Amino acid sequence: MAQPMKIRASLKGDVADVKVLMNHVMETGTRKDAKTGQLVPAHYITNVTCEVGGKPVMDAQWGGGISKNPYLAFRVSGAKKGDKVVVSWVDNTGDKSTADATVG
Amino acid sequence: MNNLRRSVLKGAGSAGVVGVAMMAGLLKPGMVFAAWNKAGFESKDMAGAMSSVGAGAAAASGDITVKAPDIAENGAVVPVEVESKIAGTNRLVLLSEKNIYPLLADFNLSNGAEPYVSTRIKLGATSNVVAVAYAGGKAYKAHKEVKVTIGGCGG
Repeated sequence: MAQPMKIRASLKGDVADVKVLMNHVMETGTRKDAKTGQLVPAHYITNVTCEVGGKPVMDAQWGGGISKNPYLAFRVSGAKKGDKVVVSWVDNTGDKSTADATVG
Repeated sequence: MNNLRRSVLKGAGSAGVVGVAMMAGLLKPGMVFAAWNKAGFESKDMAGAMSSVGAGAAAASGDITVKAPDIAENGAVVPVEVESKIAGTNRLVLLSEKNIYPLLADFNLSNGAEPYVSTRIKLGATSNVVAVAYAGGKAYKAHKEVKVTIGGCGG
């Protein structure tokens, strides 16, 4: 199930430093269950989008090679204090999550 | 240094038309998720993964920094930072040569997003982490070797 993600956006000059921590198992589909010896089905985030101040700034595609509970940081210039940061993801099972924060 | 800068600028100019065409296709309104590059993410060899992101002929560049630990004790969580100093960088792709699926992530940047991403990746074995940056329709690459010590016995 989709759990909340954490977003922190701090302004340095006119550059917003955005840090995101998502909650996701990020199963690659190549790992075997230690008890049953069966492959654990793939379950990972495939797409991530980020918006700052209403404008899309990042549109990412991911594979299973991103670590469990993914961390993502990026910088956006021209951001202002109070701009809304919206981060959304969708995984290969169709599960999705969206969270927002304010640049401060 | 200056010569390199000149050639990068010239390259960006001549590839400008391609760049504009690419941008028109890549920029999508609102929060619409881009189509997932299934062939690329499911490719099991590095060459296939590189060509799936249009980086088969990427030129090595010293203007891309790949920051990662020299030795990672836990291959499941390896912090990686990529930054491109190539003017007009609008896309960054991360790959790992030795992973079962080498293509890790593909970031399209727009509207003031700086050519910088920091994330954590999984590495199956000691391998080069490759970063590809795209500017003006051209691909540039750089890499950093990360030694992975599975089992934590040191190496």
